[in-house]
Amino acid sequence: MVPITYYVSLSAILFAIGAIGVLVRRNAIVIFMSVELMLNSANLAFVAFARYYAALNGQIFVFFVMAVAAAEVAVGLALIVAIFHSKQSINVDDLDSLKG
Amino acid sequence: MLFQAAAQGPQFFYLAPWIVFLPVIGLLINIIIGGRLPEKVVGVIGSTAVGLAFVVSVLLAISLAGHHEAVIVPLAQWIKVGNLDIPWAFQVDTLSVTMMLVVSGVGTLIHIYSIGYMHEDVRHNGDPKRFRRFFVFMNLFIAAMMILVGSDNYMMLFVGWEGVGLCSYLLIGFWYEKGKDGIGNSLAAKKAFVVNRIGDFGFLLAAFTIFWAFGTFNFTQVFEKAPAMAAVAPVILLFITLFMLLGVTGKSAQIPLYVWLPDAMAGPTPVSALIHAATMVTAGVYLIVRSAPLYNLTPQSQFVVTLVGSLTALFAATIAVGQFDIKKVLAYSTISQLGFMVAAAGIGAYYAAMFHLIAHAFFKGLLFLSSGSVIQGIERGQHHVEHDPRLAKTLKGNSEHLDPQDMRNMGGLRTRMKTTFWVYLIGSLALAGVFPFAGFWSKDEILVSEMAYKPILYVILALAAFLTAFYMARQVMMVFFGEPRTLAAEHSQESPKVMTIPLIILAVLSAFGGLINLPKLTIFGSIQEITTKWLEHAVEKGYLPEFTLWIGLTSTAVALLAIALGYWLYGRRYQEMLKLPTAKRPEDPIIAFIGPVFTALKNKWWVDELYWLIIVDPYVAVSKWLADVVDLRFWHDWFHDIVLVGGFNLLTRVLSVQIDLGIIDGIANGLGWLAQRLAAAMRRLQTGFVRNYALAVFFGLVIILGYLILR
Repeated sequence: MVPITYYVSLSAILFAIGAIGVLVRRNAIVIFMSVELMLNSANLAFVAFARYYAALNGQIFVFFVMAVAAAEVAVGLALIVAIFHSKQSINVDDLDSLKG
Repeated sequence: MLFQAAAQGPQFFYLAPWIVFLPVIGLLINIIIGGRLPEKVVGVIGSTAVGLAFVVSVLLAISLAGHHEAVIVPLAQWIKVGNLDIPWAFQVDTLSVTMMLVVSGVGTLIHIYSIGYMHEDVRHNGDPKRFRRFFVFMNLFIAAMMILVGSDNYMMLFVGWEGVGLCSYLLIGFWYEKGKDGIGNSLAAKKAFVVNRIGDFGFLLAAFTIFWAFGTFNFTQVFEKAPAMAAVAPVILLFITLFMLLGVTGKSAQIPLYVWLPDAMAGPTPVSALIHAATMVTAGVYLIVRSAPLYNLTPQSQFVVTLVGSLTALFAATIAVGQFDIKKVLAYSTISQLGFMVAAAGIGAYYAAMFHLIAHAFFKGLLFLSSGSVIQGIERGQHHVEHDPRLAKTLKGNSEHLDPQDMRNMGGLRTRMKTTFWVYLIGSLALAGVFPFAGFWSKDEILVSEMAYKPILYVILALAAFLTAFYMARQVMMVFFGEPRTLAAEHSQESPKVMTIPLIILAVLSAFGGLINLPKLTIFGSIQEITTKWLEHAVEKGYLPEFTLWIGLTSTAVALLAIALGYWLYGRRYQEMLKLPTAKRPEDPIIAFIGPVFTALKNKWWVDELYWLIIVDPYVAVSKWLADVVDLRFWHDWFHDIVLVGGFNLLTRVLSVQIDLGIIDGIANGLGWLAQRLAAAMRRLQTGFVRNYALAVFFGLVIILGYLILR
């Protein structure tokens, strides 16, 4: 049986990759994908602990996360389309209207 | 006693307040509905009110005949503060009732006369609507005079004292838009008021000292405490009596405050008769007689009083000789006669003073009213001449300059105004002191008293009596005898009955007035000394004059001599003089004998000018200096404009520029500036790059988590 440490380490690595992706990439779609990566890293941790503690709570939480992520993607992609309509670009650095 | 028959009869003391209420009711009726009533009704209402007051006075006299002691009739509380207690209360005693009888009796006759006189006067002066106002003022005067004589304390007396002064002012200035330069009458009224104020100041000081020394204003209580005060501190009594004398000189027109009375002749003639001859001006004499217990305790004051009276009597009599205005002569005569009364009151011959006061009210009221009749007779004559086309031509436009009061414009009225002539003659003889008219008896008592006091004062008064007879003879000669000197005098007409009947009544009183106080001689039986016995119940016995034959004879001789001299000068020489051409004709036949002295007499010894020089001019100069330099330049220009306004401006500048703009605005602006700088610093954070925000969130999360884990 694979020790819990491996799962958590993988989850942390995936989260870190997602976080870095959010911070360094400019393409809105890529940022979205990075966010999904972070969410799935969390899902992995949930599942791993659920198995480790032989409890179903974590696994059920993952379903919630996936449902919320799906809804978020629907809204997010709609926003990106709308932004692209007005700006002809999905580069987040172009969205600086709130610059002080 | 005259009223012996009524002894133990009914008592009407409770009616006392009505002597004031009745005239007040009369004037209220005239004020409220008089405007809609015909003239005659207004006059009748005014006269009836005073007539009823006279009836009440008679009832009070009858009551006193059976009950000689003074009765206090309280009416209302007036002032009660601490131990100061001044009521409205009437003191009904023989003295006050005597005054009430004179005031309301002579007052009624003068009111009736005024109905006729004012009827013409308001038309002559061109404002018939003032007829009602005249009677309102006259009734107000009677009410005030009744308060004066009826009061039982000095403060209520002062109310009446000021009330009659006010009425005097109102009536002197009755034709306030007339007179010299259209302001002469107003100035005369103002002069009377201001001069009286000086006297009132003396009266007030005396009254306040009375309260300070005795703790009361009530006559009876003051007089009870006076002897003890005289023993301890006579100087206080001296102070009181001398300042009271100042009040007397103001109201009763004595030296040095007599100057207002001649000018007061600006009022209508009935006013001169009622206020400035018969009643108000005698208030001073009444005050001295009323305060007899105080004067009896201060011989020094008595001397001053009698000296003032005697000198006034002589001084005013000399001036009367040099006057050409018929009313001015009578005015100076009044001052002179008041001097007689004051002189008598001063030496304690109170009964003699009161006797002369009553007699004088009769004959001087008569003389003034008759002079009014003469003046209107001339005015009627003038009116007749102006409206007769044949006669008007001879006037050659001089008509408007005719002064109807100037005796030089008269003459020969004897045959034209018969009734007026006869009553005037009686009044003059009474004033001159010819036996057996009223003035002889009353003046004789005064002369006897003065002889017993100080012979030199007797000489002064006898001289005054000589001059009195002389100027009255002069007046009668100039007005009634000889040939008319103007067309107006030639065509003068007698006055209506409503005027002549009061004159006849007063003439009878002047002729037989002596009966009320015949001297103590057996031939007069039970009718001797009626007034003396009557007044004994109210006034302390002072000096009681006894009839002295040689003084009586001297007085008569002096009077007859003066009349003869007057007849010779003005009945004979004046007529001869008139034949001379105007340029060569002297103003007055007496100039040939006394020369420049006449100019002095005519100019009233320049006393008015002297007063102007030493009092009025410096006063005006001081006023101007105060107004111009102190008030305008110092107070207004410097203090207000520079100190106050400048200081205020400076203060507001400091407040607005330094405090408001500097500090308050500085704080507000500083806060704004700070917020701006802060915002400018903060805006750098808002890069607008989403990733920056994400990084910030990330670091924040890391820090929070780090803290939570590592703490």
